[in-house]
Amino acid sequence: MNLTGKAKLPTKKIVNDINTDYVISGRYKFKIQDPVELAKHVMEDLDPEFYSRLEKGDFLVAGTNFGCGSSREQAPMAIKYANISAVIAKSFARIFYRNCFNLGILAIEADTDGIKEGDELEIDLNGGKIINETQNKEIKIAPLPPTMQTLLADGGLVEHFKKHGGFKI
Amino acid sequence: MGKTIAEKILSNHSGRDTKAGDIVIADLDFMIGQDGTSGVAIDSFRKMEAKKVADPSKIAIIIDHSSPSPNEGVSAIHKKIREFCLEQGVKLYDVGCGVCHQITPEQGLVVPGNLVIGADSHTCTYGAINVFSTGIGSTDLAAGMISGKLWFKVPETMKVNFNGQLPNGVYSKDLVLAFIGQIGADGATYLALEIGGQAINEMSVDARFTISNMAIECGAKAGLMEADNKVMEWVITHSKKKPNPQVADKDAAYKQVVEIDVTKLEPQIAKPHTVDNVCGVTEVAGTPVQQGFIGTCTNGRLEDFQVAAKILRGKKVKDSCRLIIAPASKDILMAMIKDGTYQSLLESGALAVTPGCGPCVGTHNGVPSDGENVISTANRNFLGRMGNRNAFIYLGSPATVAASMIEGQITDPRKYL
Repeated sequence: MNLTGKAKLPTKKIVNDINTDYVISGRYKFKIQDPVELAKHVMEDLDPEFYSRLEKGDFLVAGTNFGCGSSREQAPMAIKYANISAVIAKSFARIFYRNCFNLGILAIEADTDGIKEGDELEIDLNGGKIINETQNKEIKIAPLPPTMQTLLADGGLVEHFKKHGGFKI
Repeated sequence: MGKTIAEKILSNHSGRDTKAGDIVIADLDFMIGQDGTSGVAIDSFRKMEAKKVADPSKIAIIIDHSSPSPNEGVSAIHKKIREFCLEQGVKLYDVGCGVCHQITPEQGLVVPGNLVIGADSHTCTYGAINVFSTGIGSTDLAAGMISGKLWFKVPETMKVNFNGQLPNGVYSKDLVLAFIGQIGADGATYLALEIGGQAINEMSVDARFTISNMAIECGAKAGLMEADNKVMEWVITHSKKKPNPQVADKDAAYKQVVEIDVTKLEPQIAKPHTVDNVCGVTEVAGTPVQQGFIGTCTNGRLEDFQVAAKILRGKKVKDSCRLIIAPASKDILMAMIKDGTYQSLLESGALAVTPGCGPCVGTHNGVPSDGENVISTANRNFLGRMGNRNAFIYLGSPATVAASMIEGQITDPRKYL
């Protein structure tokens, strides 16, 4: 599976410890049930202009411990409905990582240092690399755990459950 | 090779002899949701085309985060939860009952040796009573409700020993802040913690909950402690369920062992805007504060309010400040009324809100203004956490918050003890 898109960095820098409160603030997640409306507030507290910079198919790029904090599934949901096609970070917090694959969102661990806002990237999952076409560089990516590959292939946990009638991992 | 507590509990619930790194499908003893996450879980439950939960007696939903509802959007979510609970025969703890992480152990829903999930990151709180409990997302909760099971990666374990006797004015909150400051916000990602040592042995069960509650703030999957006599007495008082306490084997394998000497520790503060931005109180003493908050699943228990009331007794919250208190449960509120703590705090100028999460999550009950500083007993101080990205949140113990309210600035509580 190959995906192409532009890198979008909250605050236009590689930021560590982006928590799920920043991805979607508590004051929105409680009162907005429509994920399309929720997505308009993605990253608002950290970078109020982030949503307006997004184009369909962009990759969200960050540093270590992305998605730490609250278990809110509205965080990966806001990312998904903001038309971001993958999250690339140096490392992920556990609950967020799991929630991504449960929603069928690709989360990739890679050394993101050096990726700049707007860089054209190609994710080559089978080849285990990201090609930064703007900078003409290749970045190695960590292989996806088999469980996550299964969930992703099924299109998320809801589809997995509908298909298998329970966990088949 | 021996086993850790996490390996034992996950082995017991998966019918397999598991070790760290294994992927298991395990039977759940209990699962919870709250009003911020259960709406999405119910949506996922419907999308999975499920008709019935596997066992309603193993599920509770607690309305605590925005409770009572501050607006019609939240009201719609609360209605959806109430209707689901009625339809499925699931126990609902409605507005005013308290915070999910106080209700769940206090109402005896979980006991030592249990495997528990919750659609809330602070579900790790029950580790203090030897429960392997961990936060998950809404769709995982839906899968758990439907099947009674969930898949887990058996975590490696970090052992944390708090050695020595706690100095006067230093509390369990200070210990956990010092620990998180030392290892960082991702210092224990994917790991279970096994927490022990003299300082833990000597503290109350309520104080231990504060530490396990914040295990997630360094990325940990669980914050486990052994079930000593104090825990077993506490559990028998609160639950009729049969406990199955687990201890680690002497030759269990640990990824890392962290030793912390508590004897020279001073009260700790987490400065804006991350929980691992920790310093001693003397470094930030004198910083003006406009709002104080005592409550939450971290520090909203009876002894937390007793400590605060003792410091504030005969004194007043400074005019430039407001002190908001939110008991973590109705039972705690009733106990505070009975022993005079409630009246004492109100006489000192505190204002009380409904048992529940209070202003912690930024939806109601005390959103700070632009440029204001808040000192809070909560577990998170992220930018915007309390509903305003232009405010600044400092975290400390109930004693530190109480002392700071007297002076209108961050204050070392030891001078008032």
